[in-house]
Amino acid sequence: MIPFGFSLSPSSVTDLDKVDTRRYRELLRLEPGAATCIGCGSCSATCTSSAWTGMSVRKVILGLQRGRDVEVDAMLRGCMLCGKCTMVCPRGINTRNLILAAMRISKEDGK
Amino acid sequence: MAKKLRKKYISSGPMPVPKWENVLVVGAGIAGLEAASQLLSLGYKVTLIDKASYAGGHVASWHKLFPDRTDASSVITGLLSSIAGATLLLSTEILSVHRLGEGFAVVLSGGETLYFKAILLATGFSLFPAEKKEEYGYGVYNQVITNSDLEQWFNEGNDPRINDRKISSVGFVHCVGSRDIKAGNPQCSKVCCITAVKQAIEIKQHFPDAEVWCFYMDLRLFGKKYEDFYISAQKDYGIHFIRGRVSEVSEAIDGEVIVKAEDTLNGRPVKIKLSLLVLMAGIISRNDIQPLAEDLSVMMDSDGFLLSRDNITGITRSQRPGIFYAGTCTGPKTIPESLAEARSAAIDIHNYLRGL
Ligand SMILES: Cc1cc2nc3c(=O)[nH]c(=O)nc-3n(C[C@H](O)[C@H](O)[C@H](O)COP(=O)(O)OP(=O)(O)OC[C@H]3O[C@@H](n4cnc5c(N)ncnc54)[C@H](O)[C@@H]3O)c2cc1C
Ligand code: SF4
Repeated sequence: MIPFGFSLSPSSVTDLDKVDTRRYRELLRLEPGAATCIGCGSCSATCTSSAWTGMSVRKVILGLQRGRDVEVDAMLRGCMLCGKCTMVCPRGINTRNLILAAMRISKEDGK
Repeated sequence: MAKKLRKKYISSGPMPVPKWENVLVVGAGIAGLEAASQLLSLGYKVTLIDKASYAGGHVASWHKLFPDRTDASSVITGLLSSIAGATLLLSTEILSVHRLGEGFAVVLSGGETLYFKAILLATGFSLFPAEKKEEYGYGVYNQVITNSDLEQWFNEGNDPRINDRKISSVGFVHCVGSRDIKAGNPQCSKVCCITAVKQAIEIKQHFPDAEVWCFYMDLRLFGKKYEDFYISAQKDYGIHFIRGRVSEVSEAIDGEVIVKAEDTLNGRPVKIKLSLLVLMAGIISRNDIQPLAEDLSVMMDSDGFLLSRDNITGITRSQRPGIFYAGTCTGPKTIPESLAEARSAAIDIHNYLRGL
């Protein structure tokens, strides 16, 4: 190929018709409360590890809805399961169960 | 203003001997009907007129009402049965109004002149004409309908835009013509967020296999049990909510529409193909209210709705003695709010008439 000195950036558009939501659907099966997230960000704001690792339950849920699996896996590794997010979630989502479920799905995928 | 009134008064010729009716209610929507019913039970003679050939106003076109999925028709039937003692004139409007002492001489389109001590304006709202937001393609693409069209389809079931295609994915666009300075309507219409959630659930009940998406700027679900609707939409019906305003709609080769928005929680643009797109057209002031307001010498507020004496303590009072308001003629309201205001206006009129 001729080296033009530049390359094309990939599109950043999420095509909702093509997103693979298998992991999200599996998450809903294991933790139905995931569907009721309103994206308020309480979980991320209170997260002990967020500032260093980027962990955010809100972003984990959204990431799985939009097929951003790689980023989700990276975030999940930052969780210490301290449970503060469970305490602050206004929808009463069992975030601890949600995180463990997401980790399990991600681990099964990794095999 | 005084000059204008005097001119009208003089031009109306020799003073007739009026046979006073008590109250004229303009508009037989739910607000007008409820006010008429209350005034009747307070013992007044009430004449109720409506431009349209039917009573009930906008609610006559709706199907099931939030928050309890009540039949819209049962609400109107109930109200109609409570105004049996009033004179209801349909397909009737005001031709001219002249102030006459402490009352009004009103010429109706039927030709008759009637005399009233007080006038209640319950003239309601207009639905934002969705075709004005050209980027959404209403009236251009058959896949794009409005909230009002959808209510009619729930009632009658004969809209080819829905019947003639396989419905596999449906989108709802919030704030169409509301919260939109460019469209001339900075106000929030209040009822369309909850209507979208209600209609999304109903669509899901009609088409259980369809994926349903709501595109919103904020979800303003302020009322009694509205948040429960939202939770149920998420949890029981799997409806997807995307925070982002739809920027454009175009037609795909296969007969679906392609919708673009920014998924602002995710910080990325999204696109999706949908079989049906429902625009949540907002509540705006009536496009034909200006001449009537001028005739009655009442003013418009900066949002285009009728101007109240005070937006906190006197929403049902105009700045003119003897002229009152109820319902959505002063701004977007739900049915319970409009009904409560109608009752409050009836009391206001009662106190006013007692003081004459
Ligand atoms: C899509 C949609 C769905 C909705 N669903 C719900 C719901 O489920 N639950 C809920 O609580 N609220 C709902 N609402 C809100 C509800 O429609 C309003 O609260 C209600 O219609 C207000 O009633 P109104 O009497 O003030 O006005 P309108 O319904 O607009 O009635 C006004 C009447 O006045 C007449 N009129 C106007 N000008 C004149 C004139 N110059 N002379 C004579 N007659 C005149 C009109 O013909 C009309 O009959 C919904 C609104 C929308 C847009
Ligand atoms: S009620 Fe919701 S959809 Fe309607 S104008 Fe307000 S924010 Fe927009």
